[in-house]
Amino acid sequence: MAADPAVPHPGRLSAIDPEPGVRKPDPLLILDEVTRTFGGLVAVRVEHLEVQRGAITALIGPNGAGKTTLFNVVSGFDRADDGRWSFEGQPLTGAPAHRVARRGLVRTFQLSRALARLTVLENLLLAAPGQRGEGALPALLRPLWRGQERESEHRADELLDRFRLGPLRDDFAGTLSGGQRKLLELARALMTRPVMLLLDEPMAGVNPALAQSLLGHITRLRDEGLTVCFVEHDMDVVMGISDWVAVMADGRLVAEGPPHTIGRNAAVVDAYLGKRHDEPEAADDQGEED
Amino acid sequence: MRYQRMLVPVLTLVLVMVPVTCAQAQGEEVPHGPTFAARALQALIDGIQFGVIIAITSVGLSLIFGTIHLINFAHGEFVTIGATFAFFLNVSPAGPGWHLIPAALAAVVFGALLGGAVDRGIWRPLRARGTGLINMFIVTIGLSLLLRHVVLVLYGTRPASYAQYDIQSALDLGPAGITPRDLTVTLLSVLVLLGTAALLQKTRIGTAVRAVSANRDLAEASGIDVQRVVLFVWMLGGGLAALGGVFFGLVEIVTWDMGFKLLLLMFAGIILGGLGSAYGAMVGSLVIGIVAQMSTLWFPVDLQYAWALLVLILVLLVRPQGILGRAERVG
Amino acid sequence: MDFSAIVSDALRSGIGPIAAVYALAAMGLNLHFGYTGLLNFGQVGFMLVGGYGLAITVSTYGGAMWLGVLGGIACAIVLALLLGLPTLRLRADYLAITTIAAGETLRLFYRSSWAEPVTGGVFGLQRFANDFYSLSPIEPGTYGVWLVRFSSRDLWVMIVGWALVLVVGGLLALLIHSPWGRVIRSIREDEVAARSLGKNVYAYKMQSLALGGVIGAVAGMMQAIQVQSVNPDNYDPGVTFFLYTLLVLGGAGRILGPVVGSILFWFVLSFLDSALRQAIDAEHISPDLISTSEVGAVRFALVGVALILLVAFRPQGILGSRKEMLLSGR
Repeated sequence: MAADPAVPHPGRLSAIDPEPGVRKPDPLLILDEVTRTFGGLVAVRVEHLEVQRGAITALIGPNGAGKTTLFNVVSGFDRADDGRWSFEGQPLTGAPAHRVARRGLVRTFQLSRALARLTVLENLLLAAPGQRGEGALPALLRPLWRGQERESEHRADELLDRFRLGPLRDDFAGTLSGGQRKLLELARALMTRPVMLLLDEPMAGVNPALAQSLLGHITRLRDEGLTVCFVEHDMDVVMGISDWVAVMADGRLVAEGPPHTIGRNAAVVDAYLGKRHDEPEAADDQGEED
Repeated sequence: MRYQRMLVPVLTLVLVMVPVTCAQAQGEEVPHGPTFAARALQALIDGIQFGVIIAITSVGLSLIFGTIHLINFAHGEFVTIGATFAFFLNVSPAGPGWHLIPAALAAVVFGALLGGAVDRGIWRPLRARGTGLINMFIVTIGLSLLLRHVVLVLYGTRPASYAQYDIQSALDLGPAGITPRDLTVTLLSVLVLLGTAALLQKTRIGTAVRAVSANRDLAEASGIDVQRVVLFVWMLGGGLAALGGVFFGLVEIVTWDMGFKLLLLMFAGIILGGLGSAYGAMVGSLVIGIVAQMSTLWFPVDLQYAWALLVLILVLLVRPQGILGRAERVG
Repeated sequence: MDFSAIVSDALRSGIGPIAAVYALAAMGLNLHFGYTGLLNFGQVGFMLVGGYGLAITVSTYGGAMWLGVLGGIACAIVLALLLGLPTLRLRADYLAITTIAAGETLRLFYRSSWAEPVTGGVFGLQRFANDFYSLSPIEPGTYGVWLVRFSSRDLWVMIVGWALVLVVGGLLALLIHSPWGRVIRSIREDEVAARSLGKNVYAYKMQSLALGGVIGAVAGMMQAIQVQSVNPDNYDPGVTFFLYTLLVLGGAGRILGPVVGSILFWFVLSFLDSALRQAIDAEHISPDLISTSEVGAVRFALVGVALILLVAFRPQGILGSRKEMLLSGR
């Protein structure tokens, strides 16, 4: 976690106008005119969105609003029809998933993707960045990467302890419970030394006690300097921990603002209650070979 | 799969038939010698004939894939079994010596029963055990080995023809020719394909098949008996494969490994048409048949299957979802 | 019936050169299927380009043997690239169909009259491995213990073949237990997750396909050397199916799986073959039911049955763990 004392406190966000597409003092991720359509259906059309560094931004909206699709596009798992986006001031438009992750923008998935027949420890070790032993030739020469591997293991153990997965370290990830998998995924994402996390419904299908613990973990990560953006469709979950809320409906960004103002926003009320948005949307599931 | 989709195969047929007739009209002015145009026309006719037979066999393969996502590597053996079963009834000294037409009908019934038996006897128990899809692919390999070599033991290695319609003189179509037998087989194949399309489009069970292909869970939730649909698809696939086998044995020859050789062309056809789409399988197979036969204009005959398979690889490079496939994520 | 002859046949086959060749080819397939999760149904294509790469270099162009070996390996890499580029981004079922089609296409091209000046067409190529046999330190004669005897030629091929199995097995073990192997196994489990963690899945799949293909090509070379001949009809898709059978038998995703699988597979196959032939000769089985010429076919049919039963009842094979197998969602 790149804890940088120079990072402005998220509190500074309160001074900003709560309107969609507003400029932020220190934007980490900037999106422009990002469009994704499926057949004739416009799943995402975001004109401008900035995500503040060092803050927790919640991306909310009713089912089918295009939140996950937007995540998929930005994280390189889906292709945009149009648009540009940049990360840390450098363009990121159209970068493939693995390159996005290497740039420090790391995502998790709504349905957890534990690597079942790898152990919990291996799941974490896999995520360590810049491993010398990942080339096929150096892999044969153990001395080249043994030291680095030991450091990774040390760091992985710290993370496992932090998420109370230590005792499970040598179990296959496939034997973990749903909640433990969520924690494992978060720990694994952190192992990549991310600059920013994109969490896709981290609280989905998790019991209330674990949800609280996850929220606690996320807040602490923010306090350590990590930028977090998470998708959620339950507004109540969002209120407690986010510094800023962006609201999507029908693929568009309809509102932005601090959490306490967002509940009163007419566009948001409209999105959640006023209009009907209950048509099933293929675009909002993860759509990969399951 | 709406009605518009049916247009594409029909249009393709028209597009293929028009040049044939035009070429024919031109051909009549050149009475002698196999000119290139005449050879091309002949190859095209052969290609269509070959293509519709592949289409009959591959529809079932594609439907099976569409409903249970299984690639049935044993599908070629259904073809061989149809052909050799008809051979047994028709020619074999140990058989009853029926005329080919009842023998062919019996082979279709036998193929359908075999398809059903395989679903009940192997796939359903495996699904119940929770065997993964990849492992199921491997089981189809085992089934293919088993069936093919059982045929080899029972039928032997000698290629043979049916007792009827063996040697015929070709109808003269100007520069090209087609025997009444081949013409009948081609027309019957087209009829069977149209009948299958109508079955899928118009009947309750056909609608159920399409529903299960589109979204199995949704179909199940809306009260469709998925197991029954799957059984139906296996029987339909088995019956059609057997019929294709008889047709292929009729226009070419019956051998113990004919189906396995055809299998790869069927794969090419269904990938070309879009995995899981019945109409795609028809169009794709037609194209593959034509490519295989037309290639002989320029290249040695012993390479004709190879070109068809190369088309498959090219399609994957350019348009992996196939001609009629939806532009969904395939990888 | 002569049981010692049956056992002798079975043992000779189980440890013989062919078992070594199949073990080697299946090790390549194990990297594809067992570790990376690539459904390669065209491993025989890699064996073909390996065998022919060697044979063509030596027989057709009069090159040196070592050049032929390099040629075979280069061909395997090219084939992996050709196969992988269009299909590795696609779903597993597409890869399965394309690889089986590619293997068969290759066979058809190599056996065609068109390619005959180079490949020998349906006649194949012969006698290109004299250099290999002249390297043999073994005096001519037959060697053996108990019921098992081999000619000095076969013994030399066996020694080299099993030595290659040992070396390749060692290299694979090193690779699989390295960070590289971890990435490879993570792709088998969930390639989306691997991509989200910054792994270039496509590149790794390509490396796996090429490396396993090269191992297959080396197996193909050993096979060609053993009989001093290549013929396109020895490379039909059935070979790949055998490789899958013995891989599942031994245990996919285990370094020694293909080795145990191959030895047992060939032992059982020869045992059956020999026993059936003797039973027919002694008229324990009526020749009307199965004639000796049909024994080969019966044997293949039994392989099919064995494969179905194995996958249904013991998908983890001999060396695999059932618990681990159940964790895989596939």
